[in-house]
Amino acid sequence: MRIFYRSETVIAAVLLLAMILIGLVNPAFWQLDNLFGLVRSNVVIGIMALGVLMVLISGGIDVSFPAFAVAAMYLTIRAMVALGYEGVLLPFVMATLIGLALGAVNAVFVHYVRVIPLIVTLGTGAMVRGFLLGMVGASQINIDRMPKPLITFARSELVGIQNGDGTHYGLTAMVVLYGALALAVHLVLRHTLVGRSIYALGGDREAARRVGFDLRWTTFFVYGAAGALAGFAGLLHSGMIWLANPRDFAGLELDVIAAVVLGGASIFGGRGSVLGTLFGVFMLVMVNNSLIIMKIDTTWQRVAVGAIVIIATATTAWRDRKRRI
Amino acid sequence: MSDILIELRNIEKRFAGVRALDGVSLAIRRGQIHCLAGENGSGKSTIIKIMSGVYGPDAGEIVVDGVPVARLDPITAIRHGIEVIYQDFSLFGNLTVAENLALGHELREKRRLVDWRAVHALARRAIDRLGVDIDIEADLETLPTSGKQLVAIARALMSDPRLLIMDEPTTALTRREVETLFHVVREIQRQGIAVLFVSHKMREMLEISEWLTVIRNGCKVAEGETGGFDEASITRHMTGQDIAGEPYCWRPATDDRPPRLEVRGLVLPGGAGGNDLRLEAGEIVGLAGLLGSGRTELALALFGMAPGHGGQVLIDGVPARLSSVQEAIARGIAYVPEDRLTEGLFLAQSIERNILAAAYDRVTRGLVLDRTRARALAAETVAAMQIATPSLDKPVGQLSGGNAQRVVIGRWLLTDAKVLVLNGPTVGVDVGSKAEIHRKLRDLAQTRGLAVLMISDDLPELAQNCNRILLMHRGRLVGEVAGGKASEEAVSDMLRQFS
Repeated sequence: MRIFYRSETVIAAVLLLAMILIGLVNPAFWQLDNLFGLVRSNVVIGIMALGVLMVLISGGIDVSFPAFAVAAMYLTIRAMVALGYEGVLLPFVMATLIGLALGAVNAVFVHYVRVIPLIVTLGTGAMVRGFLLGMVGASQINIDRMPKPLITFARSELVGIQNGDGTHYGLTAMVVLYGALALAVHLVLRHTLVGRSIYALGGDREAARRVGFDLRWTTFFVYGAAGALAGFAGLLHSGMIWLANPRDFAGLELDVIAAVVLGGASIFGGRGSVLGTLFGVFMLVMVNNSLIIMKIDTTWQRVAVGAIVIIATATTAWRDRKRRI
Repeated sequence: MSDILIELRNIEKRFAGVRALDGVSLAIRRGQIHCLAGENGSGKSTIIKIMSGVYGPDAGEIVVDGVPVARLDPITAIRHGIEVIYQDFSLFGNLTVAENLALGHELREKRRLVDWRAVHALARRAIDRLGVDIDIEADLETLPTSGKQLVAIARALMSDPRLLIMDEPTTALTRREVETLFHVVREIQRQGIAVLFVSHKMREMLEISEWLTVIRNGCKVAEGETGGFDEASITRHMTGQDIAGEPYCWRPATDDRPPRLEVRGLVLPGGAGGNDLRLEAGEIVGLAGLLGSGRTELALALFGMAPGHGGQVLIDGVPARLSSVQEAIARGIAYVPEDRLTEGLFLAQSIERNILAAAYDRVTRGLVLDRTRARALAAETVAAMQIATPSLDKPVGQLSGGNAQRVVIGRWLLTDAKVLVLNGPTVGVDVGSKAEIHRKLRDLAQTRGLAVLMISDDLPELAQNCNRILLMHRGRLVGEVAGGKASEEAVSDMLRQFS
């Protein structure tokens, strides 16, 4: 019976209910091209959410990752353009490492200087964006100059379907990458000691120290991984939209944190799962996407995201309070 | 090999020039249940920390298994088989019981991957060893305090200690949970493990231990077989004075004033049927009942925190609608909560602010705070409650348990309270302070005509200070016993029937 009380079950039920409702309002929701589109929109936000999930479980927060994602993406593509590099693997490694290094900077301040994570990541995020625009450049790299192999890679599909009227739609193969990363993060959180140390740290810092965890390593792991995943997702994003905009991802931190909290992670740390996060991301993307198909002005999306953050946080806070009693 | 496991010889310890321990000697035998008694600040925790290697002594010798140990640090202490269970347990509420138990083991084995099957097997064995029934799959925070404590004990036993030090283990437990704990402690002893039981509750020490050491102001003042002590002698050693044990005597007023508090047909959650209750001015009425019997709910209903249970409340004969805390305070109800640290005090704030917290309307003129008057009122309260502090600006978090509790009670002197509801008035307060708080409460009841409702697990406390004791079970008031010495047995018999 325990399964009925799990956050994941509740979110899955809410998600299903929301899908049925949206489908009733607009039957086009259930069409395959819409569903494929939805999945596609999940990939980048979802990969970032995996990193944010780990940070939240550890009792921290990260609002700098969109800036890191942009920096990793833009630097890598500028380098590829400058060198005329034609590969795919190396650029992804580079973007990931840039994100990792920036994440490690967050960890230094969080662990050694003991600044609260919100302030640290607000600061590093602003600085990285500023440096990027001021020192690297503010010009957008459009499809004509974008490295071709990157676009080709990001266009690969698992399933491709030709409509009667000649239009084509398909399920992006990037979802495999997303799934693999999600599985990896799940395995780390659930089956490695460093993963359990993240939960322990978020549960009770002092007790975690006393039982013998190396909390420095945990902190670096968490913020480093959040940065690395953001860097990877940033580059993937530019490949999928065929351009590299150094001002991209503004305000995305709210969407991603909303998705993770919606997925049952506690804003106070110690709680959260990959499965819940996947559901949360899907829910958030679906709401945004449905507002579009229902022809509601996109400015209302921000209202929806804001409301989701508050409702989801209030619900999890209420749940956590109930447990404590 | 001698049968002495660990011995402290003439240990001295100073902190910033203040002498915490002054030549204390103490020997613990293998498999012995040894009680270390002393008031707060007497040096008990310093002794624990020296035995577990957290502090090194300034002078004196530590002897383990007959061999002097040059330096005892936390790791060597554990290697010698000394484990400490601190009051805060150091457990993870967000993890399962099983994982809480197994984490330390996995870390010691330097594992990288979690073997969940091994985790569960290990946890199962640890819990079975205590002979208790705890769901190892449950999240730890869903367990009651007593359950968390058992998990902490189980975890300490996993490293096969030879001495288990328990720091004030019964503070947050009900009588029945204490019995379970004692059962476990005896089970541990049967396995050949010595237990050092640090406490200031006399009855518990007398019940569980074989040997007793009493310290006061950093000196050992008495030791011997527990059989040679009784409550009075322990108290005398702990406080250095005799604490008078006069039961509380209340004489009804001759005029026929309405009762201070009258409750008619109040229904509590989970209780079938209403409760009637009358408290006259100057009465101190005890409320006994097992945890979950509805006693706290009754207190919260009176204080306006759980309104809407039907029934009627009259204060001085005037009906009162207690649907919020503000209304309850305005009508003269005062509440001292169970957990003063989290519910009753602003720990980081000054004594003055804490005292004035419920009475700021008395010290404001228009919109402006009258600082001089505020200070004067706070100073008055500190004097009236005999709170030992050099300054009104000291944060309450730095006060001892007894003084902190006086701040909470003193706060209500400023609100013209008519009815004072106390939930566990002396939990975590040492014997000397406890007696003074009791004296203060009697004094308040008699001179100010306060009606006091005292909820407590400490039956001697109720017997001693109440003119009558009510019993609660499943949300109903089910019995009443007159106060005084004899009532303790009567109440405990009745409680046993319910459990």
